[in-house]
Amino acid sequence: MENKKPSFYEEAKRDGISRKDFLKFCATMAAMLGLESSGIGQIVKALDTKPRLPVIWFHFQECTCCSESFIRASHPIVASIVLDKISLDYQETLMAASGVQAEEAYKIVMEKFPGEYIVMVEGSIPTENEAYCCIGGRSAKQILEEAVANCKAVVAWGNCASAGCVQAASPNPTGAKPVSKVISGKPVINVQGCPPIADVMAGVVVHLLTFDRIPQLDALGRPKAFYSRRVHDTCYRRANFDAGLFVESFDDEGAKRGYCLYKMGCKGPVTYNSCGIIKWNDGISYPIQSGHPCIGCAEAGFWDNGPFYQHLPSVAGFGVETTADKIGLGLGIATVVGVAAHAVVTNIRKHREITNEPETNSETETPKVL
Amino acid sequence: MAERIVIDPITRIEGHLRVEIEVNNGIITDAYSSGTMVRGIETILKGRDPRDAWAFVGRVCGVCTSTHSLTSVRTVENALGISAPPNAELIRNLMANALYIQDHVVHFYVLHALDWVDVVSALKADPKEASTIAQSISSWPKSSVGYFTDIQKKFKNFVESGQLGIFANGYWGHSAYKLPPAVNLIAVAHYLEALEWQKELVKVHTIFGGKNPHPNYVVGGVPCSINIEEANAVNAERLAMVGKLFVDAKTFVDQVYIPDLLAIASFYKSDWGAIGGGLTNYMSFGDFPTNGFNNPESFKIPRGVILNRDLSKIHEIKGDDPDQIKEFVNNSWYDYSKGDTTGLHPYDGETKLNYSGPNPPYDHLDVSTKYSWVKTPRWKGHAMEVGPLSRMLVGYAAGRAEFKEVIESTLKTLDVPVTALFSTLGRTAARGLETKLTCDWALEFFQQLLDNIKNGDTRTMNNDKWEPESWPKTARGFGMVEAPRGALSHFIVIEDKKIANYQLVVPTTWNASPRDPEGKRSAYEESLIGTPVADPKIPIEVLRTIHSFDPCLACAVHVYDEKGSHVHELKTY
Repeated sequence: MENKKPSFYEEAKRDGISRKDFLKFCATMAAMLGLESSGIGQIVKALDTKPRLPVIWFHFQECTCCSESFIRASHPIVASIVLDKISLDYQETLMAASGVQAEEAYKIVMEKFPGEYIVMVEGSIPTENEAYCCIGGRSAKQILEEAVANCKAVVAWGNCASAGCVQAASPNPTGAKPVSKVISGKPVINVQGCPPIADVMAGVVVHLLTFDRIPQLDALGRPKAFYSRRVHDTCYRRANFDAGLFVESFDDEGAKRGYCLYKMGCKGPVTYNSCGIIKWNDGISYPIQSGHPCIGCAEAGFWDNGPFYQHLPSVAGFGVETTADKIGLGLGIATVVGVAAHAVVTNIRKHREITNEPETNSETETPKVL
Repeated sequence: MAERIVIDPITRIEGHLRVEIEVNNGIITDAYSSGTMVRGIETILKGRDPRDAWAFVGRVCGVCTSTHSLTSVRTVENALGISAPPNAELIRNLMANALYIQDHVVHFYVLHALDWVDVVSALKADPKEASTIAQSISSWPKSSVGYFTDIQKKFKNFVESGQLGIFANGYWGHSAYKLPPAVNLIAVAHYLEALEWQKELVKVHTIFGGKNPHPNYVVGGVPCSINIEEANAVNAERLAMVGKLFVDAKTFVDQVYIPDLLAIASFYKSDWGAIGGGLTNYMSFGDFPTNGFNNPESFKIPRGVILNRDLSKIHEIKGDDPDQIKEFVNNSWYDYSKGDTTGLHPYDGETKLNYSGPNPPYDHLDVSTKYSWVKTPRWKGHAMEVGPLSRMLVGYAAGRAEFKEVIESTLKTLDVPVTALFSTLGRTAARGLETKLTCDWALEFFQQLLDNIKNGDTRTMNNDKWEPESWPKTARGFGMVEAPRGALSHFIVIEDKKIANYQLVVPTTWNASPRDPEGKRSAYEESLIGTPVADPKIPIEVLRTIHSFDPCLACAVHVYDEKGSHVHELKTY
């Protein structure tokens, strides 16, 4: 286990990945990270010269959906680069060793790479009684505190590690808390979602590797590259909202034509995520495209912002440039109430275009929005 | 002299599992299985809209993702008397089939293979030999000498880098590994292929449910609409993708998974075809309706119980019979108000968290008392094994032709008796055979969906009882399905449009539970008894048997039902 760390490109080359594929990967990542084309060079250079980053990935109170999402990363060589090119030295779902041999694996990393390794966390930490989550006879809190002491940064995967997720929903029986509420003194990147989109997870890892710094975060600790746009503002059904065309019940005529799911309880207007941009599983679809309203899984406390099928009381028409920071922290459904009357200028012409209605009887056409 | 060995964490599973074994002269003489994490999702469900439950319970598990959501919508529909339209049943089946196939393949290669496959040995393989063997067992095109040479080179570089990542500290070189280097190399290549491939089939979930993990469901049907004349609904393009994904899945299963399974089994059958049998009772709730979920006779996988390995008789299961399914907490960190030797049917499920184990950090659990967060379910007092082996056995015992055919041909190919099924290897093989059947069923369901649409039926939703105003003041219902890991049941009590009680009895709860009040072991513990352990410091034999069940601990430990007591009072230190 002598640490002579080869660069990504050296590894890629030895693994039979061509320079062309490698550059393609860099370009894809640059695009995902929202970089100008000049940024591609930066990624190429970084991956050409940087050693593999040691990573310790813990599972606490969780369901392993983040690990499952992670292995769905879809760009051709992401599996190869990200799974092999970071040194994933402890990951309970994937690692060969169990028991003491498994524990040794992360202790070696902590000893050999102080200040260099990344701790990734899947799951929340119970605080009501530490014994609610134990691994190898030690509590989640004990394990986490020890591991982060000498780490470079912490990645909190998913809603559990970022905000407590379902187990922190009322009445939070185990006192489940996110990573940022349990540790201090280290940067924590909250990669939100239940789970986060696979390619967002890959993108965050590449950002760390490439720029050797944590990505810009919003006030909730989420990377701006992936969480600065509301699902509503990036939704391909947005035009239907603007035109006042809504699904009124599942599988009704509106549903069969892909109208807006706002009235079915869609939380897209208060949810910051990349579903409408990157989409899920290699860009195949996302919840709204497949007919279900967004349930807001990338927001803290979304479980208690329901019921899911009750529509938001009012959606302000703030522009797409507005971010979570500007309209206040922890924007939840409750806080939206009364923020403003629905200010979307309903486009009657658009409504007609979509429904193929004739131009007549325009006075009856005032859409019954909100 | 008994030696107590602790394996914690058990890796390559879902969740947090600890196993303590006692080894006497190289043989396991006792075993204790403990779930070491709890979240309390059932409590969180109380007072919520029953139509939202699928999303909450979906988060019980992200590995067998969708299975709890499916069970939940069926449970609520059972309570409220809702029948989902045929297309919704078919789409649900297709999503469940996709999960079975993807999950079983991932289990075999990513979670289980390293128990049988020595990746370091693969470095010594002759790629030419690997190629010859691969081509002799399958027509899978990736089998050239050059291909295996490249894979070997890739792994050699990986090992030489000194950063072994997920392969660090494995049990490489252990005497229990029996595959020749060339077969190890084939398996390593297919490990990587499976890891790449698994992300494809889940796109079935993305198409119908919008995302994976954790696709969307809805009470009364499925959320997606079908409209073959519309870009924004399930149309010919979407359906074509689903069809292709299943055809590709069948190819991968037939040409990679099954041949590998048989090849690996042929090297381990003499011992592991007789080790790890454990319990003699097998239970299947049955699943994949072909004529409505309320008609279990129509299920592709039949429902029933086998007792004492007697394949001539199948016992009937009634989910709502208070005398059949009961859960005990005598060895789990909960209290029952009527005493811990009582068993409760899930409708009356009563669970109060009460941690009485050692304060962390600890070396050993006191197994003479409560030692797990997993409760102990029993069927008519019997401990049951659930999972693919149980399903295949019930199908076999029921005389279903397709079950008999795959089982008998496999036994013949491997030249082993039917009793070899009752083993660690039998469990692993059953999962593969079931995957093969599932591929065929999926293509059948897919064709039925196309036929329905062609015939003008595009309905995917029954909205009759969507509005809570249409519900009775009180209702209760249950759903029994087969998750990839085994028999899964949910129970709901609805009062005043809200969830009054929600209970889950989960496959890994059946298998991983601690002892019942009579001291009877559950499946994991029983299956370990008698297993030889060559070196107690590296007990790979334990992992083989435990992994053969495909543990899912987040599923098993979901319970925490606050009844008249506040968690603050339960703090033990």
